[in-house]
Order: sequence, then C-alpha cells, then structure tokens
Amino acid sequence: MKYIDEYRNKDIVKYFANQIKTISNQPIRLMEVCGGHTMSIQKFGLPHLLPENVELISGPGCPVCVTGREYVDRAIAYSRLEDVIITTYGDLIKVPGSSSSLEREKADGADIRIIYSILDAMLIAKKNKSKRVVFLGIGFETTAPASAAGIIKAQTASLTNFFVFSAHKVMPPAMESLIDEGVQLDGYIGPGHVSTITGKGIYENIPKKFNMGVVISGFEPVDLMQSIHMLVKQKENNEAKVEIQYSRVVKPDGNKVAQDMLDEVFEPRDDWWRGLGVLKDSGLKIKRKYHKFDAEEMIKVEVEELKEPKGCICGLILRGEKKPKDCKLFGKACTPSDPVGACMVSSEGSCHAYYLYNR
Amino acid sequence: MCLSIPARIESIEGGMAVCSVGQSTYNTSLDLISEEDLKVGDYLLIHTGFALQKLDTEEANSILATFEEFKKLNDNLDKEELKQNKRIV
Repeated sequence: MKYIDEYRNKDIVKYFANQIKTISNQPIRLMEVCGGHTMSIQKFGLPHLLPENVELISGPGCPVCVTGREYVDRAIAYSRLEDVIITTYGDLIKVPGSSSSLEREKADGADIRIIYSILDAMLIAKKNKSKRVVFLGIGFETTAPASAAGIIKAQTASLTNFFVFSAHKVMPPAMESLIDEGVQLDGYIGPGHVSTITGKGIYENIPKKFNMGVVISGFEPVDLMQSIHMLVKQKENNEAKVEIQYSRVVKPDGNKVAQDMLDEVFEPRDDWWRGLGVLKDSGLKIKRKYHKFDAEEMIKVEVEELKEPKGCICGLILRGEKKPKDCKLFGKACTPSDPVGACMVSSEGSCHAYYLYNR
Repeated sequence: MCLSIPARIESIEGGMAVCSVGQSTYNTSLDLISEEDLKVGDYLLIHTGFALQKLDTEEANSILATFEEFKKLNDNLDKEELKQNKRIV
C-alpha cells in the first residue's frame, strides 16, 4: 500500500540500526508515549535491532489503559437502564469494571453496540427516537475532535436523544508528570497522530524544563528507527529540542480546523489517570453551552462501589517503572481473552503487545 | 485507538469523501479539515471516520528518495558483512 510499504523496508530499517549503533555511546532511555508505537515496536521486534545501551520503555498513551474503572462502572450503569443504547469503540468492551464489563452486560441483554465512528452513533440515535443513545468518548487529542464534531452535528440536527460520556484526555500533562515524579528518561518518542492535531508547540516546555528531546514519530518501523536515531543524535550532541520525524503528516502548527472545534466544545478539567493519579487540566469536559449532549449532566445513575483488582501492576507499567513481564499475573491469570487489567485489553496496551509479540 | 492510515480520495461530495485503502473503501467526513485544496487522488489520514490531515505527498516522496540513497549505503554494508563473514548490524 502506498506510503505504508515503503516505511516497512528492511534495508532502510537496517540502515538506521547501523547509524544508531555507530553514533550511540552513552546509555539512553527513551519512552514511546503512544500505544500505537508500543504495538509497532513489539510487532516488528525493533528492540532486538538496537544496541544494549538504547532502552525503550512504554508510556501512558493507551486511552483505554489510563481510563479509570469508575468510568467503566458508570458506562455499565448506563447500559443497565432500560431505554439506553451504549455505543462504543471496540477497545473498551472487554475492560473489566468493578464487578462486570460491557461485554458481560451485552451477553446479559444490554443494548451495547460497537461502532467505528461517532457518526454511526448519531445514525443509531436518529433511528431509535424512543431510546437514549450514549457514546463513550475516550481517546486523546487525536480522537476528541471527532467527538466535538459529532456534538456540533447533533446540535445542528436538533438531536435530543444523543449523549457523549467524555473521558477524553490531553497528553502533555501526563508527559510532564512522569518526569516530575522522577521517572528517568532521556527523551520522548512523541505521539504522531496527537501531534497531527496539536502541532509541536504542546511539547516545547519539555526540552526547556527537563533538558530532554521530543521527536514526533510515525508508526512504521522505518519511522520509529529514524526517530530513535534523531533522539540518540540529540543526546550525543548535548541538544534538547522538539523535532518532527513524521513530517509527511504532522505540520508544526497542527490542524487548526480540528483545534478550533475542540475549543468550541470542550474545556479543560482535572482528570484521573491510571498510574498517575489526578493531573491538572488533563481531561476534556463538555462546555456548559453543549450540556444537553453531556451524559454526565443529563443521565443520572447509581454507580456501584469501586473495587480495584489485586496484583495488577498496570499503573506501574504505564509509568514506565515496570515491564509487563514483571507482573505475576502476566500470561497466567491475565491474558487477552481473560484480562485482569486494562493494559491487557486494548490492542495498544503494553501487556497486550508483549503477550502477542514478546512473551 | 490512535492508529490511522493514509487513504486515497476517490470522490468528494457534500462534506464527505469516499477514500480507498487497498481494495476497501471508506466514507470519510471532511469536517475536521480545510476542504478547499482537496482533490481526487490526494491521500488523507483517516481516523474514526474523519480525515485528520492531508498527506504531504511532496514531502513524503522527497523522503522516500532520500531513503533510496540509504538503500545504496546499505548494500555496501551487506557487502562488508559478506566480506567479513559476520553480521555488523
């Protein structure tokens, strides 16, 4: 496929592996923030191509993984209401709540539908006027603009039975919090599709405050090897700056149309992240003027008491402090078909990627 | 969740584009992108039914041309490995 196959060329990957080996002298620890990067790195076996002094660790960029159990519990509570249809991206369906999951509720008869786009959820709302349709809005700056566009469309279409339950989050507070809390890093492989929307400006604080580089990367093996090469080069030259490797897609100022739409519909709020706790201004709440589409405002439910599973170290893995293989449950009590923690559920979760490609 | 793929525009109508990836086609909303400079044959990055960005094909092609140069350098590396009868990378 055009503009994909070229970036999987093994000769180019090998070229960058050689370049990294040639220029790299010091130990360097790099975090790939995005779950899509984790998946690609493990799938293509990139750690095996790097010299021993270059270490890659996975970060908190898997939306399903950082979303709290409370969110799942509330979604389950909505699904138990007679007149509610839940619409969700597939990633969330298996995530365990305190005592159930959306998958289990669906098996028990709840009307829960996996959709590809918020536009599908709106069609369901139009066809089911006697029902309330709740869309589970999770994801970072990549996905949140689509939810914003959906809400504006719902306003235009005067939909009265369509609601968004937002757990949307923004990336920079998590990236800064990790370093503030003492996680040892020398650079970030920056999220490519978040940056497609935001541009590179959101990371400028990181080199200034922490003296470490950020390279915004594409998702194919050549992209990732080139990004690692750029970060190693920065470190060896004592530089710290924000660079864009994924320049065929990411523009320095990002996508202004999508940014404006985000600002129109959402406002920042403090939000809870698995592994990181509550981070200031890291979540996106639907603004008051669109409150009639906000599920939290419009649909009141009783939510069961929160229970966290014993033994799951998903939080430490999201902070880069532990690897999936350090967890006693990994591959035994916790597998993709019967997951204990969210990191094993999502196709972008570290545990899931390690289970598939690096057991 | 954050995965997204380049898809070729096959047609544009009423704020929507039909895009193809390999043999598959997708209806894609153009709400999040400036439509003015889009045309059939352009590549869009699509995510959850919305186009997020037009792929800069000029930039992509220029990078791919540089990679062709790297491939030649890599051939030299292969030859060196054969000569030394061991893997360098």
